[in-house]
Amino acid sequence: MSREVEDFNRRLLRARDAMDRAYAEPLDVRTIAAVAHVSEAHFIRSFKAAFGETPHRYLQRRRVERSMFLLRETDRSITDICFDVGFMSLGTFSRTFREIIGETPTSYRDGHGPMVAPNCVQMWAMRPRVPDGTTARAIGPAQSSSFGEANAAAAP
Amino acid sequence: MLTRLNVTSIYVLDKDEALDFYVNKLGLEKGSDFKQGDYRWLTVRVPGQPDVEIGLEQPGPPLHDEATAEQIRELISKGALSGLVFHTDDARALYETLQERGVSDFTQEPIDHFYGTDMGLRDPFGNAIRILERKTAAATATA
Repeated sequence: MSREVEDFNRRLLRARDAMDRAYAEPLDVRTIAAVAHVSEAHFIRSFKAAFGETPHRYLQRRRVERSMFLLRETDRSITDICFDVGFMSLGTFSRTFREIIGETPTSYRDGHGPMVAPNCVQMWAMRPRVPDGTTARAIGPAQSSSFGEANAAAAP
Repeated sequence: MLTRLNVTSIYVLDKDEALDFYVNKLGLEKGSDFKQGDYRWLTVRVPGQPDVEIGLEQPGPPLHDEATAEQIRELISKGALSGLVFHTDDARALYETLQERGVSDFTQEPIDHFYGTDMGLRDPFGNAIRILERKTAAATATA
């Protein structure tokens, strides 16, 4: 095995980094899969095998984490924050936020003030957890972002 | 009591490739490089900071059996192991320099924060590197 598997993991990691970098832009799974030089279906499957969740879910957690940061640190409106972090509709944002965090963006903002840790530490420390055993299944087919293509492969 | 941190290590997939990246791309300098039997003790360090060395370790014998080494290699390539944080006096200039040297695996372009400007990249194997230009006390006071 070895170098081949590592090279492949490295390409998947590069694609994941691309999502971390460009989370605020409208991303589609084809573009991200192209970073890893694989087909969409293969990408979704391998990404989940390597990182434990679908690319779609990873991107959602990334966007929710950034929105949590903006809710804590700024007084921007929830609608502005929703679009700032890459969600296409307020409904999807609120539903996804609640599904992952367990409370609404408004109540999260009310309960949390600014943090003092460096931004890079916050980025990973505050990333919403993946609940045990529920990795990608929590995404229903109606949960759409521009990454909706990932849903089909996410079904158990 | 302890006085200084002297050596820390990161795992890499190939020592020669790592040496090329950390010295010729990132701009560190070679520290120690000697062999004892099959083992090569290889370190790099920040120019001007001779007493802190970063060991470049390759998973495998004599430290690891092959199955263990394979697991570590997989974790490296998934970016799941620890990384390094450096300081710079000019993050944006360094970002340009790194690009000129062919570095493309940036995880974050330089961004300004209240504590300074930082950026992120990965080494060829997947290890995370963060680089921070700290805001000076004078700059903070006028901000």
